[in-house]
Order: sequence, then structure tokens, then C-alpha cells
Amino acid sequence: MKNINLTVNGVPVTVPEGTRILDAAIKAGFKVPTLCYMKDLCNESSCRVCVVEIKGNRKLMTACSTVVSEGMEVLTNTPKVRASRKITLELMLSNHHKECLSCVRSGNCELQTLANEYGCDAEKYEGAMNSYDVDDATEYLVRDNNKCILCRRCVAACNKVQTVGVIDAGNRGFATRIASPFEKDLGGVPCVACGQCINVCPTGALREKDSIKAVEKLLADPEKTVIVGTAPSVRAALGEEFGYPIGTDTEGRMVAALKAIGFDKVFDVDMAADMTIMEEGTEFISRLNDKNAVLPMITSCSAGWVRFIEFNYPELLPHLSTCKSPQQMFGAIMKTYYAKKIGVAPENIAVVTVMPCIAKKFEKLRDDECAAGAGIPDIDESITTRELARMIKNYGINFNALDPKTEFDNPIGKGSTAGLIFGATGGVMEAALRTVAETVTGETLENIDFKATRGTKGIKEATITLAGKQINICVASGLANARKIMDDIKAGKSKYHFIEIMACPGGCVNGGGQPIVSSEKRNLVDVAKTRAGVLYKKDKKDALRKSHDNPVVNTLYGDYFEKPNSHVAHKTLHTSYVKRNRY
Amino acid sequence: MTEEKDKQFGEVLESLKDVPGPVMMAMQKAQEIYGYLPIEVQLRIADYFGVPLATVYGIATFYSQFRLEQPGQIKIAVCLGTACYVKGSGGVIEKFGRMLGVEPGHTTPDGRFTLEATRCIGCCGLAPVLTVNGEVYGKVTEDSVDEIMAKYNNA
Ligand code: SF4
Ligand code: SF4
Ligand code: SF4
Ligand code: FES
Ligand code: FES
Repeated sequence: MKNINLTVNGVPVTVPEGTRILDAAIKAGFKVPTLCYMKDLCNESSCRVCVVEIKGNRKLMTACSTVVSEGMEVLTNTPKVRASRKITLELMLSNHHKECLSCVRSGNCELQTLANEYGCDAEKYEGAMNSYDVDDATEYLVRDNNKCILCRRCVAACNKVQTVGVIDAGNRGFATRIASPFEKDLGGVPCVACGQCINVCPTGALREKDSIKAVEKLLADPEKTVIVGTAPSVRAALGEEFGYPIGTDTEGRMVAALKAIGFDKVFDVDMAADMTIMEEGTEFISRLNDKNAVLPMITSCSAGWVRFIEFNYPELLPHLSTCKSPQQMFGAIMKTYYAKKIGVAPENIAVVTVMPCIAKKFEKLRDDECAAGAGIPDIDESITTRELARMIKNYGINFNALDPKTEFDNPIGKGSTAGLIFGATGGVMEAALRTVAETVTGETLENIDFKATRGTKGIKEATITLAGKQINICVASGLANARKIMDDIKAGKSKYHFIEIMACPGGCVNGGGQPIVSSEKRNLVDVAKTRAGVLYKKDKKDALRKSHDNPVVNTLYGDYFEKPNSHVAHKTLHTSYVKRNRY
Repeated sequence: MTEEKDKQFGEVLESLKDVPGPVMMAMQKAQEIYGYLPIEVQLRIADYFGVPLATVYGIATFYSQFRLEQPGQIKIAVCLGTACYVKGSGGVIEKFGRMLGVEPGHTTPDGRFTLEATRCIGCCGLAPVLTVNGEVYGKVTEDSVDEIMAKYNNA
């Protein structure tokens, strides 16, 4: 490709043809603010906060959409540029409910940060202000259009990345706002609760529904034994909320913080992920050996994905594994096996999970997720990684001072690293293959790295040989990719036997409940890949890398569940699905 | 009746299959056929062309030509073109809105009246102008609103 030479604020840079001014400026060492643009997602050129001067051009140009040309002289910080950005920001603020003191995004809001950097007078322009009802109809997502700056990043996430398409801009002029069809709230449309819209929103207009208060109530209840479990990918991202770089493993500190908050037991949901592998692997083998069974079998760990298939492909529900997700298995095990073991009535056990996800707040409310009996939900509350960080701060716990070597509670706290890699796209498949391959062949595998399933590519496929049989596998993440796979199945064109699907692009490490990364940082870091690195690094050096080797798993089957897919396992660890109407 | 319309609209969709930018055209045709754009029709357009319903709805609310509710028996259309507007049609439409209890673009709950704002209808000499079911009223004032309402309420 041809190279282009230009200068940015006098600094010469050479970039490939077709590069945006924004990226050339970054290369030259300058920052250009962006409110609507987000790398690989949104390029509406609507906010005009990224304007720059180009010598010889009277009009200011948007750095996010203008591409470089030979000899171009770009100026990113002249008085004219800075004044223009300031006015743009002040106009946005004039129609913005400025609640920074209490806003969840305060300190991590792209609008607030820029308003501050550009010395904006938030009250400079007085005029009409929109006033919208806050949409908090669902259990998982809150939309507050009073803080929306109409960047349309959420629209791109929902419509392009996820092909769910329940939000878009409507009306015109001053009345323009993001809405769902026919002004329905998010509970009245086929939103799958993936939370990807939250992760890209520059402001506090989108956030998860708060569950912290409910958790505090459980902790304050003297009757309850409160158990907390953490999902694989939480430890790979929580540190970001405390200033650690993306890709830092903070497992020990996370466990210590949960103990400091006052949970009675701190367990690892990786253990339940191992149980998922045992159950799902066995289910797959029996489907494979049954001529009448429905194939391909598709994983059911991702609550957003399950909602997506229920809304959009209900006729294909028999393809879904009947296994509960690791979260739900975790709760079910706690309220059946563990309750019995510690001699506490299941009603007096409360199970809280920390998840990278907001769909888990919905999943816990599903039917057929009460293993210990009607009215005793497997999971009582589920908080996101972000909410846990808020709690740690609110409790005045110095995260940095916590012991990084703190371990999960015993005896059933520990998971294998097969369970750990569930947090990244392809991880469930790799974990399942490790177990399925050894179960089918009865031999110990030399090499248990299934590299074809790794990486953040949206669709990955491979063919493996299991006891002389060719097995075609596929791994998809992001619902646009899932849709392609499903359309093929629907058309009878699918050649796969086993498919892993995760709703969030890159898997749970990039889930809708994870710490929010600004558009500025996303220009420089591949978030999903970097966080996944934490999981694979740990897996590489760990001694316990297969679910079926986990002593906890063997204890659970030995003491309670008999064998995978047994009657009691079915009753406790499996579930059912429903057809949902879109509108 | 609806079945017939659905069939007719199906043919329209078919004919737009290979046309670039078909969504707007389908919406216009749908409005001609059904008189408005109910959710089922918007969903049909969305699914047919593989665009989100939210996007179709966004377009429907962006352009004032699209109606989201079944039109009432009596359609009151007040011109908000420049000539009419300077002569006070804004006040006229506001008064209708107050009396009917609906915003422009909407129909009264009993299905009788639809209030609409239109662009210049080419009778600027008579400004401000409004039409009731196509019948033109010129040089209207806020007071004539009462007369017009009385006439149709007694009809
Ligand atoms: S969205 Fe940002 S600017 Fe608005 S109130 Fe929240 S922190 Fe402040
Ligand atoms: S949670 Fe997911 S499906 Fe729901 S509106 Fe946001 S992006 Fe769309
Ligand atoms: S809700 Fe957030 S992401 Fe969506 S348009 Fe508004 S500011 Fe942008
Ligand atoms: S116009 Fe460039 S970031 Fe919004
Ligand atoms: S402006 Fe009203 S008829 Fe021309």
C-alpha cells in the first residue's frame, strides 16, 4: 500500500494511504477528542468535537472521517480549533441534565472529561432543555435520554454488532432522541440484555440496573449465609477500575475484597463452569451417538445469546444444550448439595454472583431455575464487575493494599483453568474438547491446546478427529456472527456438530458489565484480546487444566450428582427454554 | 379487507426487492395502501429488507409525512407554510390541539379527528389556510376554530 507523508502540528509522520487524520495525529503524539467516533464501531461524524485545521482550508475538518493526503499540514490545537471544540461542548451541555455529583459515570465520562479539559462553562448557553422519562422498566438496563448526546454509538452496537436492532434515532431537530419502536420501553422490545450499548456510551445515559442495595440487604440479614461466586472474566478486568492497566490479573485482590465486604464464603464460578463441561460434554457425546438427536448442539452459557435465539430462532431451540449456565449451576449446587453439606436450609442461603454481564440479572429470574424448590431461586442477586468496583470504593477498601495471593474458600471453591478460559470466546469449546476427547478415547491427551478456537475473530471453525470420527466445530461471538450461523442451520446448510456462541464480541471478557473503556483508549488497545490474555496465561502455567481432573468435580459427582446427565444432575443442573415474541 | 391490503402490499415489497434504498419507498406505498403505518406493517418492511424495526420507526418519526395512527374520520390539516405561519397559523393549530386534546400528527382516542400540520398547499393568498377533509378554509383566525369545531361536532 502507498504511504502518505504529512505533518501534524509540524511533526512529520508517514502513514498508509486511507488513514484518518485522527490516527495520523495519534501517531504523531497528539490527542484528538472523539465523542461519536469509536474505533471499528461508529463513524457518524455528527458530534464535531474532533475538528482540526488543515492549512489552506478555511473550514475546520473532522479528524475522525477525513483521510490524509500527501503534504497535508494538520493543526490539531490552534486557538480556532480549541474554541470550536469548546463551543460544541458547551452547546451539548446546554441540553444535558448535569448530575455529575451523583452520576455513575462521573470520573469516567467522556463528556465530563472533555468539558473539563476545554474549560467549558456548563451554563454558558441557556435555553430549552429536553426532559425525558428514564426508562428503567427492565431488571438489567436503564436508559436516561436526559444524558444522551446522540452520538449513536449504542445504535451501532445494537444494530450492527448485535443485529438486535431495538434502538435508533427518531424525530428531528431538537426533538431527536434514541428510542425503541412505538416508544416502547426496553422491556417491550426484543432487547437481549447484552449490555454492549452501555459499554460504548460516552456518558451516563446507559447503565445497568443497580443491584448493590439488594446485595447489602442480604449481607445485613443475620439469618442468611451469603455466598458469592465470581465469573472467570471478572478478575481479568476489575483492576482497571483501580488504575491497573488493561490485562492485569487481580484474582487474589478480588477475593480479598469480597471477604472484606463480608461475604460468608467466596467461591469461584470456574468450578461450576467445570460442571458445565461435564454435563455439556456428556450431552454432546450422547447426541453424537444417537442417530435421532438434534445436531449441531449449541452452547447455552451466554444468557444474552439464549434470549436472542428465543426471540429470533425459536424453531431452532432444540439445538441448544439443556445445560444451565455456570452462574445458574453455581447457585443450584450451593442450594442443594452445599446446603445439605453445611446443614443450612436452602431458604437461608443467599447466592450472589459477580458477573461481566447484565443479562445475568435477567437470567436469574428465568423459569426453571430453582433447583432447591419453587420459590427458592438458584441465584438471589447478580452484580456486574463495575458494581463490585463501586462497592469496594464505597466500603473504603484500599484495593491496592489487599493481599494479591488471597485464595478462594475451600472445600469447593476451586475451578480448573478449563473453567477459567470460559471467559474468552472459544474457551468453552476448548474446555469441552479437552474433556470430550479424553472421555471418548479413554486416553490422556498429549497436547490439550486447541489453538483453532482461540483469538477474537468473530467466527472460527475447525475439524477434529475423535475416535476416528470427524467432528466439525465452530465458535462464534457477537450476535451478528451468531445470526449467520443460525441462518445456515435454518437453511439446512450447516456442516457443524458442535457450536459455541457468546453474545458479546470476544466473549465475556468484553461483556456488558465490564469496566468501560473510553474511545481514546480503544484506539490503542484491543480490549477483548488483552483481557483474554490474562486467562490464557494462567491456563498455560496451571497444573489443573481439565474439568474432569478437578477434585471438586469428582467430589460433587461422588457425593451427590452420581454421574454426568444422571437423573439428579438433570433435575438440578439442566433447564428449559421458551419461545418469545419479538413484538 | 386487510387481507386484500396485505396481499397488495406483498406485491409492492416484491417489486422493490432489487431497488436501491427500498425502505422509504416501501413505507410510502404502505401508507398509501393502509392509510398509516401500524407496527405490523413496519415490522414486515423491516424483516423483508433486513433492517431493524427501530430504524424503520426512526424514519417514520423523522419525516412528518408518515402517520403512525389510523387516521380519524375528520382530518384537520393546518398549513404551517411560511405565508400561513407569519399570519398566525401556529396559534390556530395550537388551539385545535388544546380543544381536541391531541398533538399534531395524532388522532383523538375516539377515532373522530386527526390533527395535522402541512406544508404550503398553494393557497398563500388566503393565508392562513386549513383544510377539513379536503375542504379549504381561508383567512382563518383562532376564533374560526370554534366555528369549525362547532360545525363538525354537530354534524
Ligand atoms: S453523563 Fe457525564 S456529564 Fe452528564 S451528568 Fe453524568 S458524568 Fe456528568
Ligand atoms: S442491551 Fe444489547 S440488545 Fe439491548 S439495547 Fe443494548 S445493545 Fe441492544
Ligand atoms: S445513549 Fe449513549 S451511546 Fe447512545 S446515543 Fe446517547 S450518548 Fe450515544
Ligand atoms: S465528528 Fe468526529 S468524533 Fe464525532
Ligand atoms: S403557506 Fe400556507 S398555503 Fe402557502
